Amino acid sequence: MDVYLPIANLSVNGLFIVLLGGLTGVLSGMFGVGGGFLTTPLLIFYGVPPTVAAASAASQVTGASVSGVLAHSRSRNVDYQIGLVMIAGGILGTGLGALLFRLLAAWGQIDTVINILYVLMLGGIGGLMARESLVALRSSRSGASPAPRKRRHHPLVASLPMRWRFYRSGLYISPLAPLLLGICVGILTMLMGIGGGFILVPAMLYILGMSASVVVGTSLFQILFVTIATTLMHALTTKAVDIVLAFLLLLGSVSGAQLGAKLAFKARPELLRLVLAVIVIAVALRMAFGLGIRPPEIYSVDLA
Amino acid sequence: MRPLLALIALLLLAGARDPILVPEVSQHEIQVSQGFTGTELLLFGAILDPSGTRAGRDYDIVVILKGPTQAITLREKEKIGGIWLNAHSTAFRSAPSYYAVASSRPIKDIVDERTAAIYELGLNRLQLSPVGEIDPDEQARFSAGLVDLRARQGLYQQNDRGVRVSEQVLYQARISLPSNVQTGVYTAETLAITKGRVIASATAKVEVRKFGFGRLVATFAENWSLTYGLLAVGLSIAMGWMAGRLFVLI
Repeated sequence: MDVYLPIANLSVNGLFIVLLGGLTGVLSGMFGVGGGFLTTPLLIFYGVPPTVAAASAASQVTGASVSGVLAHSRSRNVDYQIGLVMIAGGILGTGLGALLFRLLAAWGQIDTVINILYVLMLGGIGGLMARESLVALRSSRSGASPAPRKRRHHPLVASLPMRWRFYRSGLYISPLAPLLLGICVGILTMLMGIGGGFILVPAMLYILGMSASVVVGTSLFQILFVTIATTLMHALTTKAVDIVLAFLLLLGSVSGAQLGAKLAFKARPELLRLVLAVIVIAVALRMAFGLGIRPPEIYSVDLA
Repeated sequence: MRPLLALIALLLLAGARDPILVPEVSQHEIQVSQGFTGTELLLFGAILDPSGTRAGRDYDIVVILKGPTQAITLREKEKIGGIWLNAHSTAFRSAPSYYAVASSRPIKDIVDERTAAIYELGLNRLQLSPVGEIDPDEQARFSAGLVDLRARQGLYQQNDRGVRVSEQVLYQARISLPSNVQTGVYTAETLAITKGRVIASATAKVEVRKFGFGRLVATFAENWSLTYGLLAVGLSIAMGWMAGRLFVLI
Protein backbone atom coordinates (compact mmCIF):
# COMPACT_ATOMS: atom_id res chain seq x y z
CA MET A 1 0.00 0.00 0.00
CA ASP A 2 1.77 3.13 -1.23
CA VAL A 3 1.15 6.34 0.66
CA TYR A 4 2.52 9.69 -0.44
CA LEU A 5 3.88 11.79 2.43
CA PRO A 6 3.17 15.41 1.51
CA ILE A 7 5.80 17.01 3.76
CA ALA A 8 8.55 14.42 3.43
CA ASN A 9 7.90 14.51 -0.36
CA LEU A 10 8.17 10.83 -0.99
CA SER A 11 6.01 7.80 -1.10
CA VAL A 12 6.36 5.01 1.43
CA ASN A 13 4.83 1.64 2.16
CA GLY A 14 2.00 2.56 4.56
CA LEU A 15 1.80 -0.90 6.07
CA PHE A 16 5.47 -0.83 6.93
CA ILE A 17 5.11 2.48 8.79
CA VAL A 18 2.08 1.20 10.73
CA LEU A 19 4.04 -1.92 11.73
CA LEU A 20 7.00 0.20 12.76
CA GLY A 21 4.66 2.29 14.93
CA GLY A 22 3.19 -0.93 16.32
CA LEU A 23 6.60 -2.29 17.29
CA THR A 24 7.57 0.86 19.16
CA GLY A 25 4.08 0.97 20.67
CA VAL A 26 4.51 -2.51 22.13
CA LEU A 27 7.82 -1.43 23.64
CA SER A 28 6.30 1.72 25.07
CA GLY A 29 3.40 -0.20 26.61
CA MET A 30 5.72 -2.79 28.09
CA PHE A 31 8.41 -0.52 29.43
CA GLY A 32 6.76 2.86 29.89
CA VAL A 33 9.09 4.58 27.44
CA GLY A 34 7.88 6.54 24.42
CA GLY A 35 9.65 4.43 21.82
CA GLY A 36 10.82 7.50 19.91
CA PHE A 37 14.39 6.30 20.30
CA LEU A 38 13.57 3.49 17.87
CA THR A 39 11.15 5.29 15.53
CA THR A 40 13.43 8.16 14.55
CA PRO A 41 16.50 6.11 13.54
CA LEU A 42 14.37 3.52 11.74
CA LEU A 43 12.51 6.21 9.78
CA ILE A 44 15.82 7.83 8.80
CA PHE A 45 17.04 4.41 7.75
CA TYR A 46 13.94 4.07 5.55
CA GLY A 47 14.77 7.30 3.72
CA VAL A 48 12.62 9.87 5.51
CA PRO A 49 14.57 13.15 5.92
CA PRO A 50 15.97 13.33 9.51
CA THR A 51 14.13 16.52 10.43
CA VAL A 52 10.77 15.17 9.26
CA ALA A 53 11.45 11.91 11.10
CA ALA A 54 12.23 13.67 14.40
CA ALA A 55 9.28 16.08 14.11
CA SER A 56 6.72 13.40 13.27
CA ALA A 57 8.00 10.89 15.82
CA ALA A 58 7.35 13.47 18.56
CA SER A 59 3.62 13.43 17.84
CA GLN A 60 3.65 9.63 17.92
CA VAL A 61 5.07 9.76 21.44
CA THR A 62 2.27 12.16 22.44
CA GLY A 63 -0.32 9.62 21.36
CA ALA A 64 1.43 6.72 23.07
CA SER A 65 1.73 8.59 26.39
CA VAL A 66 -1.91 9.82 26.56
CA SER A 67 -3.39 6.48 27.54
CA GLY A 68 -0.53 5.87 29.97
CA VAL A 69 -1.11 9.18 31.74
CA LEU A 70 -4.84 8.47 31.98
CA ALA A 71 -4.22 5.09 33.57
CA HIS A 72 -1.66 6.44 36.03
CA SER A 73 -3.72 9.46 37.04
CA ARG A 74 -6.65 7.16 37.85
CA SER A 75 -4.45 5.26 40.29
CA ARG A 76 -3.09 8.60 41.62
CA ASN A 77 0.48 7.89 40.60
CA VAL A 78 1.25 11.33 39.18
CA ASP A 79 3.00 14.07 41.13
CA TYR A 80 1.49 17.06 39.33
CA GLN A 81 3.53 19.59 41.31
CA ILE A 82 6.96 18.31 40.31
CA GLY A 83 5.53 17.42 36.89
CA LEU A 84 4.51 21.03 36.26
CA VAL A 85 7.96 22.30 37.27
CA MET A 86 9.53 19.84 34.83
CA ILE A 87 7.09 20.81 32.08
CA ALA A 88 8.05 24.47 32.53
CA GLY A 89 11.68 23.43 32.16
CA GLY A 90 10.78 21.17 29.24
CA ILE A 91 9.07 23.97 27.30
CA LEU A 92 12.07 26.22 27.91
CA GLY A 93 14.23 23.34 26.71
CA THR A 94 12.33 22.87 23.44
CA GLY A 95 12.85 26.58 22.73
CA LEU A 96 16.59 26.24 23.38
CA GLY A 97 16.58 23.01 21.39
CA ALA A 98 15.00 24.78 18.40
CA LEU A 99 17.75 27.42 18.49
CA LEU A 100 20.43 24.75 18.78
CA PHE A 101 18.80 22.82 15.93
CA ARG A 102 19.01 25.83 13.64
CA LEU A 103 22.63 26.57 14.63
CA LEU A 104 23.76 22.99 14.09
CA ALA A 105 21.87 22.72 10.81
CA ALA A 106 23.58 25.89 9.52
CA TRP A 107 26.93 24.48 10.60
CA GLY A 108 26.11 21.24 8.80
CA GLN A 109 26.67 18.95 11.76
CA ILE A 110 23.11 18.28 12.92
CA ASP A 111 23.04 14.63 11.78
CA THR A 112 26.39 13.81 13.37
CA VAL A 113 25.40 15.49 16.64
CA ILE A 114 22.09 13.60 16.70
CA ASN A 115 23.91 10.31 16.08
CA ILE A 116 26.55 10.93 18.74
CA LEU A 117 23.86 11.92 21.26
CA TYR A 118 22.02 8.69 20.50
CA VAL A 119 25.13 6.56 21.00
CA LEU A 120 26.06 8.25 24.29
CA MET A 121 22.54 8.33 25.74
CA LEU A 122 21.46 4.86 24.69
CA GLY A 123 24.81 3.28 25.51
CA GLY A 124 24.99 4.86 28.95
CA ILE A 125 21.40 4.24 29.98
CA GLY A 126 21.36 0.74 28.45
CA GLY A 127 24.51 -0.20 30.34
CA LEU A 128 23.12 1.06 33.65
CA MET A 129 19.82 -0.75 33.17
CA ALA A 130 21.48 -4.01 32.15
CA ARG A 131 23.73 -3.99 35.21
CA GLU A 132 20.90 -3.18 37.56
CA SER A 133 18.51 -5.80 36.20
CA LEU A 134 21.23 -8.47 36.20
CA VAL A 135 21.94 -7.77 39.87
CA ALA A 136 18.21 -7.96 40.64
CA LEU A 137 17.80 -11.21 38.69
CA ARG A 138 20.78 -12.85 40.40
CA SER A 139 19.65 -11.90 43.88
CA SER A 140 16.08 -13.10 43.26
CA ARG A 141 17.47 -16.43 42.05
CA SER A 142 19.64 -16.90 45.15
CA GLY A 143 16.58 -16.16 47.25
CA ALA A 144 18.10 -13.27 49.15
CA SER A 145 16.20 -10.04 48.81
CA PRO A 146 18.46 -7.28 47.54
CA ALA A 147 19.65 -4.79 50.10
CA PRO A 148 17.21 -1.89 49.88
CA ARG A 149 18.94 1.02 48.24
CA LYS A 150 18.91 4.11 50.35
CA ARG A 151 16.67 6.57 48.59
CA ARG A 152 18.64 9.77 48.47
CA HIS A 153 18.99 12.48 45.97
CA HIS A 154 22.31 13.37 44.45
CA PRO A 155 24.53 15.66 46.59
CA LEU A 156 24.54 18.28 43.82
CA VAL A 157 20.73 18.50 44.07
CA ALA A 158 21.01 19.13 47.82
CA SER A 159 23.36 22.05 47.24
CA LEU A 160 20.84 24.03 45.16
CA PRO A 161 19.23 26.98 46.94
CA MET A 162 15.51 27.52 47.75
CA ARG A 163 13.74 24.32 48.74
CA TRP A 164 10.15 23.26 48.12
CA ARG A 165 8.20 20.38 49.56
CA PHE A 166 6.96 17.84 46.98
CA TYR A 167 4.60 15.70 49.02
CA ARG A 168 3.65 12.98 46.57
CA SER A 169 7.28 12.33 45.65
CA GLY A 170 8.35 12.54 49.28
CA LEU A 171 10.97 15.19 48.55
CA TYR A 172 12.20 18.43 50.07
CA ILE A 173 14.46 19.81 47.34
CA SER A 174 15.06 22.91 45.30
CA PRO A 175 12.65 23.22 42.33
CA LEU A 176 15.70 24.19 40.24
CA ALA A 177 16.69 20.51 40.07
CA PRO A 178 13.54 19.26 38.29
CA LEU A 179 13.53 22.47 36.23
CA LEU A 180 17.07 21.80 34.95
CA LEU A 181 16.21 18.17 34.31
CA GLY A 182 13.15 19.33 32.34
CA ILE A 183 15.30 21.71 30.27
CA CYS A 184 17.79 18.95 29.38
CA VAL A 185 15.03 16.56 28.35
CA GLY A 186 13.31 19.33 26.34
CA ILE A 187 16.49 19.98 24.35
CA LEU A 188 16.95 16.27 23.68
CA THR A 189 13.31 15.89 22.63
CA MET A 190 13.65 18.68 20.10
CA LEU A 191 16.93 17.35 18.69
CA MET A 192 16.26 13.64 18.74
CA GLY A 193 12.49 13.33 18.40
CA ILE A 194 12.28 11.22 21.53
CA GLY A 195 10.06 11.61 24.55
CA GLY A 196 13.03 11.20 26.84
CA GLY A 197 11.30 8.64 29.05
CA PHE A 198 14.32 6.38 29.11
CA ILE A 199 16.45 9.28 30.39
CA LEU A 200 13.82 10.79 32.68
CA VAL A 201 12.92 7.66 34.60
CA PRO A 202 16.47 6.85 35.79
CA ALA A 203 17.23 10.53 36.38
CA MET A 204 14.13 10.93 38.56
CA LEU A 205 15.00 7.82 40.51
CA TYR A 206 18.73 8.26 40.96
CA ILE A 207 19.33 12.02 40.72
CA LEU A 208 16.17 13.47 42.28
CA GLY A 209 15.50 10.44 44.46
CA MET A 210 11.73 10.41 43.85
CA SER A 211 9.68 7.55 45.23
CA ALA A 212 9.40 4.79 42.65
CA SER A 213 5.59 4.61 42.71
CA VAL A 214 5.12 8.03 41.08
CA VAL A 215 8.12 8.01 38.73
CA VAL A 216 6.55 6.37 35.66
CA GLY A 217 3.25 8.30 35.89
CA THR A 218 5.00 11.62 36.40
CA SER A 219 7.48 11.04 33.59
CA LEU A 220 4.63 10.19 31.21
CA PHE A 221 2.83 13.36 32.32
CA GLN A 222 5.92 15.46 31.55
CA ILE A 223 6.57 13.64 28.24
CA LEU A 224 2.99 14.27 27.11
CA PHE A 225 3.31 18.02 27.46
CA VAL A 226 6.87 18.30 26.25
CA THR A 227 6.15 16.32 23.06
CA ILE A 228 3.10 18.56 22.47
CA ALA A 229 5.38 21.60 22.79
CA THR A 230 7.93 19.94 20.49
CA THR A 231 5.37 19.19 17.80
CA LEU A 232 4.17 22.81 17.90
CA MET A 233 7.74 24.12 17.87
CA HIS A 234 8.59 21.98 14.83
CA ALA A 235 5.37 23.03 13.09
CA LEU A 236 6.31 26.69 13.60
CA THR A 237 10.07 26.60 12.95
CA THR A 238 11.16 23.67 10.80
CA LYS A 239 7.67 23.06 9.29
CA ALA A 240 8.65 19.41 9.16
CA VAL A 241 5.68 17.73 10.88
CA ASP A 242 4.20 15.30 8.37
CA ILE A 243 0.67 14.66 9.55
CA VAL A 244 0.20 11.66 7.24
CA LEU A 245 3.37 10.05 8.59
CA ALA A 246 2.30 10.86 12.16
CA PHE A 247 -1.14 9.35 11.55
CA LEU A 248 0.34 6.07 10.27
CA LEU A 249 2.78 5.88 13.18
CA LEU A 250 0.02 6.65 15.67
CA LEU A 251 -2.28 4.01 14.21
CA GLY A 252 0.33 1.37 14.95
CA SER A 253 1.70 2.71 18.19
CA VAL A 254 -1.54 3.37 20.10
CA SER A 255 -2.72 -0.17 19.45
CA GLY A 256 0.74 -1.57 20.09
CA ALA A 257 0.92 0.29 23.40
CA GLN A 258 -2.22 -1.41 24.65
CA LEU A 259 -0.92 -4.80 23.59
CA GLY A 260 2.41 -4.09 25.26
CA ALA A 261 0.71 -3.08 28.52
CA LYS A 262 -1.15 -6.42 28.55
CA LEU A 263 2.07 -8.33 27.89
CA ALA A 264 3.87 -6.45 30.65
CA PHE A 265 1.48 -7.87 33.27
CA LYS A 266 2.54 -11.40 32.41
CA ALA A 267 6.33 -10.95 32.56
CA ARG A 268 8.73 -10.44 35.43
CA PRO A 269 9.75 -6.78 35.72
CA GLU A 270 13.50 -7.48 36.07
CA LEU A 271 13.42 -9.63 32.94
CA LEU A 272 11.51 -6.92 31.08
CA ARG A 273 14.11 -4.36 32.06
CA LEU A 274 16.93 -6.63 30.90
CA VAL A 275 15.23 -7.10 27.52
CA LEU A 276 14.78 -3.34 27.17
CA ALA A 277 18.43 -2.82 28.13
CA VAL A 278 19.54 -5.27 25.44
CA ILE A 279 17.40 -3.52 22.79
CA VAL A 280 18.73 -0.12 23.81
CA ILE A 281 22.36 -1.29 23.74
CA ALA A 282 21.84 -2.96 20.36
CA VAL A 283 20.51 0.30 18.88
CA ALA A 284 23.43 2.21 20.41
CA LEU A 285 25.99 -0.24 18.97
CA ARG A 286 24.36 -0.10 15.55
CA MET A 287 24.57 3.69 15.57
CA ALA A 288 28.17 3.73 16.87
CA PHE A 289 29.08 1.34 14.07
CA GLY A 290 27.31 3.66 11.62
CA LEU A 291 29.46 6.60 12.72
CA GLY A 292 32.67 4.73 12.03
CA ILE A 293 32.00 3.01 8.71
CA ARG A 294 31.99 4.79 5.39
CA PRO A 295 28.43 6.11 4.95
CA PRO A 296 26.49 5.15 1.80
CA GLU A 297 26.33 8.81 0.84
CA ILE A 298 29.43 10.99 1.15
CA TYR A 299 27.55 14.00 -0.18
CA SER A 300 24.38 15.56 1.16
CA VAL A 301 22.28 18.49 -0.03
CA ASP A 302 20.89 21.34 2.06
CA LEU A 303 18.40 23.67 0.45
CA ALA A 304 19.56 27.23 0.95
CA MET B 1 -4.89 18.26 -33.32
CA ARG B 2 -2.66 20.87 -31.69
CA PRO B 3 0.62 19.49 -33.07
CA LEU B 4 -0.89 19.42 -36.52
CA LEU B 5 -2.00 23.07 -36.34
CA ALA B 6 1.42 24.06 -35.07
CA LEU B 7 2.96 22.17 -37.92
CA ILE B 8 0.85 23.98 -40.51
CA ALA B 9 1.61 27.35 -38.92
CA LEU B 10 5.28 26.56 -38.94
CA LEU B 11 5.15 25.40 -42.53
CA LEU B 12 3.65 28.72 -43.57
CA LEU B 13 6.19 30.74 -41.63
CA ALA B 14 9.34 28.85 -42.35
CA GLY B 15 11.06 29.76 -45.53
CA ALA B 16 14.52 28.67 -44.56
CA ARG B 17 16.08 25.33 -45.35
CA ASP B 18 16.34 24.26 -41.73
CA PRO B 19 14.03 21.42 -40.88
CA ILE B 20 10.99 21.85 -38.72
CA LEU B 21 10.72 20.24 -35.34
CA VAL B 22 7.27 19.56 -33.93
CA PRO B 23 7.57 18.39 -30.32
CA GLU B 24 4.86 17.24 -27.97
CA VAL B 25 4.71 15.98 -24.38
CA SER B 26 2.28 13.32 -23.25
CA GLN B 27 1.22 15.33 -20.20
CA HIS B 28 1.48 19.07 -19.60
CA GLU B 29 0.49 18.78 -15.99
CA ILE B 30 1.58 16.12 -13.55
CA GLN B 31 -0.52 15.79 -10.44
CA VAL B 32 1.23 14.61 -7.34
CA SER B 33 -1.65 13.24 -5.29
CA GLN B 34 -2.21 10.51 -2.71
CA GLY B 35 -0.64 7.27 -3.87
CA PHE B 36 1.74 9.01 -6.31
CA THR B 37 4.70 6.71 -6.89
CA GLY B 38 6.26 8.55 -9.79
CA THR B 39 5.25 8.69 -13.42
CA GLU B 40 6.58 8.41 -16.93
CA LEU B 41 6.55 11.19 -19.48
CA LEU B 42 6.51 10.50 -23.19
CA LEU B 43 8.29 13.14 -25.24
CA PHE B 44 7.57 12.68 -28.90
CA GLY B 45 7.27 14.57 -32.16
CA ALA B 46 8.31 14.82 -35.77
CA ILE B 47 11.12 16.35 -37.83
CA LEU B 48 10.17 17.51 -41.30
CA ASP B 49 11.74 19.26 -44.23
CA PRO B 50 10.42 22.80 -44.86
CA SER B 51 8.67 21.44 -47.90
CA GLY B 52 6.68 19.18 -45.64
CA THR B 53 8.25 15.98 -46.84
CA ARG B 54 10.28 13.50 -44.91
CA ALA B 55 13.60 14.99 -43.88
CA GLY B 56 15.44 12.43 -45.93
CA ARG B 57 18.56 12.71 -43.87
CA ASP B 58 19.66 11.29 -40.55
CA TYR B 59 19.06 13.48 -37.58
CA ASP B 60 20.04 12.96 -34.03
CA ILE B 61 17.54 13.97 -31.41
CA VAL B 62 18.36 15.00 -27.86
CA VAL B 63 15.60 15.66 -25.32
CA ILE B 64 16.24 17.32 -21.98
CA LEU B 65 13.75 17.54 -19.15
CA LYS B 66 14.82 19.96 -16.46
CA GLY B 67 13.16 20.76 -13.14
CA PRO B 68 13.18 24.06 -11.24
CA THR B 69 16.66 25.08 -10.11
CA GLN B 70 17.51 25.38 -6.41
CA ALA B 71 20.19 27.20 -4.48
CA ILE B 72 21.84 24.45 -2.44
CA THR B 73 24.69 23.80 -0.08
CA LEU B 74 26.45 20.56 -0.85
CA ARG B 75 28.32 18.96 2.02
CA GLU B 76 31.04 16.37 1.81
CA LYS B 77 31.77 13.87 4.58
CA GLU B 78 35.25 12.91 5.61
CA LYS B 79 36.55 10.60 8.32
CA ILE B 80 37.93 12.71 11.15
CA GLY B 81 39.04 11.07 14.37
CA GLY B 82 37.26 7.83 13.52
CA ILE B 83 33.92 9.49 12.77
CA TRP B 84 32.43 10.46 9.43
CA LEU B 85 31.69 14.19 9.61
CA ASN B 86 30.56 16.83 7.15
CA ALA B 87 33.98 18.34 6.61
CA HIS B 88 33.73 20.43 3.44
CA SER B 89 30.90 22.27 1.77
CA THR B 90 30.25 24.38 -1.26
CA ALA B 91 27.26 26.40 -2.42
CA PHE B 92 25.64 26.23 -5.84
CA ARG B 93 23.28 28.94 -6.99
CA SER B 94 21.42 26.95 -9.63
CA ALA B 95 21.39 23.21 -9.24
CA PRO B 96 18.47 21.65 -11.14
CA SER B 97 16.22 19.68 -8.81
CA TYR B 98 15.67 17.29 -11.70
CA TYR B 99 17.56 16.74 -14.95
CA ALA B 100 17.12 14.01 -17.51
CA VAL B 101 18.75 13.84 -20.89
CA ALA B 102 18.03 11.23 -23.54
CA SER B 103 19.58 11.02 -26.96
CA SER B 104 19.43 8.80 -30.03
CA ARG B 105 23.20 8.13 -29.87
CA PRO B 106 25.83 8.81 -27.19
CA ILE B 107 26.21 12.59 -26.89
CA LYS B 108 29.96 12.54 -27.53
CA ASP B 109 29.27 10.97 -30.96
CA ILE B 110 26.69 13.61 -31.84
CA VAL B 111 28.34 16.92 -30.94
CA ASP B 112 31.74 18.26 -29.97
CA GLU B 113 32.64 19.26 -26.44
CA ARG B 114 31.98 22.97 -27.01
CA THR B 115 28.43 22.53 -28.33
CA ALA B 116 27.67 20.02 -25.59
CA ALA B 117 28.80 22.54 -22.97
CA ILE B 118 26.72 25.38 -24.49
CA TYR B 119 23.53 23.33 -24.51
CA GLU B 120 24.31 21.61 -21.19
CA LEU B 121 24.07 18.18 -22.77
CA GLY B 122 25.03 15.49 -20.31
CA LEU B 123 25.27 15.07 -16.58
CA ASN B 124 28.92 16.11 -16.52
CA ARG B 125 28.15 19.45 -18.18
CA LEU B 126 25.48 20.87 -15.88
CA GLN B 127 25.98 24.55 -15.14
CA LEU B 128 25.57 24.75 -11.40
CA SER B 129 26.94 28.29 -10.81
CA PRO B 130 29.14 27.79 -7.74
CA VAL B 131 29.15 30.65 -5.27
CA GLY B 132 32.46 32.31 -4.43
CA GLU B 133 35.88 31.34 -5.70
CA ILE B 134 36.57 27.69 -5.78
CA ASP B 135 39.44 25.62 -7.06
CA PRO B 136 38.45 23.92 -10.38
CA ASP B 137 39.51 20.46 -9.19
CA GLU B 138 37.47 20.80 -6.06
CA GLN B 139 34.52 22.11 -8.02
CA ALA B 140 34.68 19.13 -10.36
CA ARG B 141 34.75 16.78 -7.37
CA PHE B 142 31.71 18.41 -5.78
CA SER B 143 29.77 18.49 -9.06
CA ALA B 144 30.50 14.81 -9.62
CA GLY B 145 29.37 14.09 -6.06
CA LEU B 146 26.06 15.89 -6.58
CA VAL B 147 25.42 14.16 -9.90
CA ASP B 148 26.21 10.76 -8.41
CA LEU B 149 23.95 11.36 -5.40
CA ARG B 150 20.99 12.55 -7.44
CA ALA B 151 21.48 9.91 -10.12
CA ARG B 152 21.03 7.25 -7.48
CA GLN B 153 17.88 9.02 -6.24
CA GLY B 154 16.57 8.86 -9.80
CA LEU B 155 16.58 12.65 -10.05
CA TYR B 156 19.41 12.92 -12.58
CA GLN B 157 19.33 10.62 -15.57
CA GLN B 158 21.24 10.20 -18.77
CA ASN B 159 20.19 7.70 -21.38
CA ASP B 160 22.41 7.55 -24.45
CA ARG B 161 19.96 5.42 -26.41
CA GLY B 162 16.75 6.77 -24.92
CA VAL B 163 15.41 8.43 -28.09
CA ARG B 164 14.05 6.29 -30.88
CA VAL B 165 13.84 7.88 -34.32
CA SER B 166 11.68 6.02 -36.79
CA GLU B 167 11.79 6.54 -40.54
CA GLN B 168 13.76 9.79 -40.03
CA VAL B 169 10.46 11.47 -39.18
CA LEU B 170 9.07 10.47 -35.83
CA TYR B 171 10.95 10.36 -32.59
CA GLN B 172 9.98 9.38 -29.06
CA ALA B 173 11.61 9.18 -25.65
CA ARG B 174 10.31 7.96 -22.32
CA ILE B 175 11.53 9.74 -19.20
CA SER B 176 10.64 8.63 -15.70
CA LEU B 177 9.90 10.97 -12.80
CA PRO B 178 10.31 9.41 -9.35
CA SER B 179 7.94 10.13 -6.43
CA ASN B 180 10.45 12.45 -4.74
CA VAL B 181 10.41 15.10 -7.51
CA GLN B 182 10.24 18.77 -6.64
CA THR B 183 7.04 20.54 -7.65
CA GLY B 184 7.23 23.46 -10.08
CA VAL B 185 7.54 24.20 -13.77
CA TYR B 186 9.69 21.82 -15.78
CA THR B 187 11.01 22.56 -19.25
CA ALA B 188 11.24 19.91 -21.91
CA GLU B 189 13.72 20.88 -24.61
CA THR B 190 14.14 19.01 -27.86
CA LEU B 191 17.16 19.50 -30.11
CA ALA B 192 17.60 18.20 -33.64
CA ILE B 193 21.28 17.84 -34.48
CA THR B 194 23.03 16.94 -37.66
CA LYS B 195 26.75 16.98 -38.43
CA GLY B 196 27.49 18.30 -34.97
CA ARG B 197 25.28 21.36 -35.44
CA VAL B 198 22.00 22.10 -33.67
CA ILE B 199 19.64 22.90 -36.51
CA ALA B 200 16.33 23.09 -34.72
CA SER B 201 15.16 23.31 -31.16
CA ALA B 202 11.88 23.68 -29.34
CA THR B 203 10.78 23.79 -25.72
CA ALA B 204 7.59 22.86 -23.93
CA LYS B 205 6.54 23.36 -20.35
CA VAL B 206 5.35 20.69 -17.95
CA GLU B 207 3.98 21.64 -14.58
CA VAL B 208 4.36 19.32 -11.64
CA ARG B 209 2.11 20.24 -8.78
CA LYS B 210 0.72 18.72 -5.64
CA PHE B 211 -2.93 17.92 -5.89
CA GLY B 212 -5.81 17.03 -3.63
CA PHE B 213 -5.06 16.04 -0.06
CA GLY B 214 -1.27 16.31 -0.35
CA ARG B 215 -1.52 19.86 -1.66
CA LEU B 216 -3.93 20.78 1.10
CA VAL B 217 -1.57 19.46 3.77
CA ALA B 218 1.50 21.14 2.28
CA THR B 219 -0.11 24.58 1.98
CA PHE B 220 -1.70 24.23 5.40
CA ALA B 221 1.65 23.38 7.02
CA GLU B 222 3.32 26.28 5.25
CA ASN B 223 0.73 29.05 5.75
CA TRP B 224 -1.14 28.14 8.93
CA SER B 225 1.69 26.49 10.88
CA LEU B 226 0.23 27.05 14.35
CA THR B 227 -3.19 25.62 13.45
CA TYR B 228 -1.47 22.77 11.64
CA GLY B 229 0.65 22.00 14.72
CA LEU B 230 -2.41 22.11 16.96
CA LEU B 231 -4.19 19.78 14.56
CA ALA B 232 -1.31 17.29 14.69
CA VAL B 233 -1.33 17.45 18.50
CA GLY B 234 -5.10 17.05 18.61
CA LEU B 235 -4.91 14.05 16.31
CA SER B 236 -2.32 12.30 18.47
CA ILE B 237 -4.20 12.96 21.72
CA ALA B 238 -7.50 11.81 20.22
CA MET B 239 -5.98 8.64 18.83
CA GLY B 240 -4.16 7.80 22.06
CA TRP B 241 -7.29 8.40 24.10
CA MET B 242 -9.51 6.40 21.75
CA ALA B 243 -7.15 3.44 21.76
CA GLY B 244 -7.15 3.50 25.57
CA ARG B 245 -10.95 3.46 25.56
CA LEU B 246 -11.35 0.77 22.92
CA PHE B 247 -8.95 -1.64 24.53
CA VAL B 248 -10.61 -1.35 27.91
CA LEU B 249 -13.81 -2.61 26.28
CA ILE B 250 -12.15 -5.61 24.64
